[in-house]
Amino acid sequence: MTALHTSGLGKRYRRRWALSDCTLQIPEGRVAGLVGPNGAGKTTLLQLAVGLLAPTTGAITVLGGEPAGGPDQLAKVGFVAQDTPVYAGLSVADHLRLGAHLNPGWDDSYAQHRIDRLRFDPAQRAGKLSGGQRAQLALTLAIAKRPRLLILDEPVASLDPLARREFLQDLMEAVADQEISVILSSHLVADLERVCDYLVVLAASRVQIAGDVDALLASHHRLIGARRDEASLPGDQQVIHARHTDRQSTLIVHSRHPILDPAWTVEQLSLEDLVLAYMSQAADAAPGRRPVLEVQR
Amino acid sequence: MIWLTWRQFRTQAVVVAAGLSAFAILLLVTGPHLVTLYRDSALASCHSSCGTQADDFLTTVNSVAPYHLVYLLGALLIILLPAVIGLFWGAPLIARELESGTFRLAWNQSVTRERWLAVKLGVVGLASMAAAGLLSLILGWWASPIDQAATIQPVGGFENRFFPVVFGTRGIAPIGYAAFAFVLGVLVGLMIRRTIPAMGVTLAVIAAVQIVFPLWIRPHLITPVRNVSTVTVGNIQGLGVNPGNQQIQNVMVAAPGVPGTWIISNQVTTASGSTSLGTVPQACQGPLASGPQACFSALAQKNLKSVVTYEPPDRYWTFQWLELGIFLTVAVLLAWGCFWWVRRRLS
Repeated sequence: MTALHTSGLGKRYRRRWALSDCTLQIPEGRVAGLVGPNGAGKTTLLQLAVGLLAPTTGAITVLGGEPAGGPDQLAKVGFVAQDTPVYAGLSVADHLRLGAHLNPGWDDSYAQHRIDRLRFDPAQRAGKLSGGQRAQLALTLAIAKRPRLLILDEPVASLDPLARREFLQDLMEAVADQEISVILSSHLVADLERVCDYLVVLAASRVQIAGDVDALLASHHRLIGARRDEASLPGDQQVIHARHTDRQSTLIVHSRHPILDPAWTVEQLSLEDLVLAYMSQAADAAPGRRPVLEVQR
Repeated sequence: MIWLTWRQFRTQAVVVAAGLSAFAILLLVTGPHLVTLYRDSALASCHSSCGTQADDFLTTVNSVAPYHLVYLLGALLIILLPAVIGLFWGAPLIARELESGTFRLAWNQSVTRERWLAVKLGVVGLASMAAAGLLSLILGWWASPIDQAATIQPVGGFENRFFPVVFGTRGIAPIGYAAFAFVLGVLVGLMIRRTIPAMGVTLAVIAAVQIVFPLWIRPHLITPVRNVSTVTVGNIQGLGVNPGNQQIQNVMVAAPGVPGTWIISNQVTTASGSTSLGTVPQACQGPLASGPQACFSALAQKNLKSVVTYEPPDRYWTFQWLELGIFLTVAVLLAWGCFWWVRRRLS
């Protein structure tokens, strides 16, 4: 079963395409990171996945169902929206009561336990919580409804580095305990690096690459050697990013096979390097000629 | 869902309920006194041509206590209630969720947004109708002695219950206004997505409807009865003169019909139907030393016609039901618009 399946998905706001020609297949049971610069279409994709937006073109299914197609579908998917909205006038306890009334699968003991552990005052109004606490409350609501898939849109964007780390750690513990799939977005690779085992790079409203993190790292290489024309590389080596000085060439290439050419010094890429290479490729690419690459395990 | 709706609505509900309760207590305390005044008046035992008795009773009401003020306050409250409901219950209901982004939280619980909207519209809509219905019921009970007298003889600032302003403050019509105003506020809030501008637009539309409907729509709901009679010495009540050119401006004629009639128009024309009535007769010029009779006879000889259109009093409840039906129908259509908007436009 796939957690998220899209084909030819596109969303247009008036004249601007926020997301175009998006074809993706994120398997269930993964923690998938959606990374890309601001305005790349991350929020649009996630809102399409929870049915807050309707697609302009293409199709999307989440856990095999139409997003927000009915109470069952809504129960299967937990969502923490950008800026983690909560009702400012309602107390923390009211929010838990809201969750209990509105979700048939609500796990009240988990929610209470989590609120205790986070040292929340149940009588406190949600409007007086800090950004980090608000995010934690929203996450509690989303997890306690016992979803099969948890979707988080930039959940840590407004948090300070410490709160960021705590939030993500906490998320990972919950995910490990309950065996739920996760899709979360961020514009920072560092946030995702620690937690994700699947990665989708979104830039310029298109999917640049998607795949298992280990497989992505194993199939991308940095080649450093004497200056050389990119066209002279073997056919199975695809150049993602190239930098040339007078004497030296530094290439980031995608290849399923090991690089055997002794003329190159081959280096392992970090996830951040890999993402940046695809982002700059998207930025350089002329409109209408943006290569889309899929890496599947 | 009902719990959440109530939890979010309770502050506004309590504020409006407290205001209405305070006024209701005032009515409940003073009401019995008004009933006693009526029972002790000559009007209670009068059976035909009771104009004088009704006049006396209303004068008494005005003299013993500030009941005229309570009467006006009641009318003001029930006229303002739809605006209050539309502004404070309707407009923020969804606009505030859209404004603060909390709709993203609400719409990702295991409840479809259609059900979410249905419960909100249902609970707060019924509360609106109940508030208007109860206020109208208590106000109608309190004012019933006054209404009875004013039906016979509308004097002292009191009008009969069919009179356009009073009509909307009695009976079942206010329930329709409340339902309409509430759903209107919700839809405007949905479309504008911001609370304060939505409140402004809602207020403007409600005020416009409250003016336009009684003036230009209600008189056409049932074709009024048209009564043409000859102007005689007996039914002339007065004469209006244009001092510039000595033309007759209008002739006041006693309106025919039984008490409690809603007079829509009362006009005097010439026999051929023209509204220019000619010059003032000689007998009506200068100081009328011998009284107005000579003048009235001269006017009667001009063979003028009095044309009155009116709704007879037995149509009162038909009009009440019609008005309720129309406003409830519009409310249902607006509610349908809310569902459509939530389903299509917001995604």
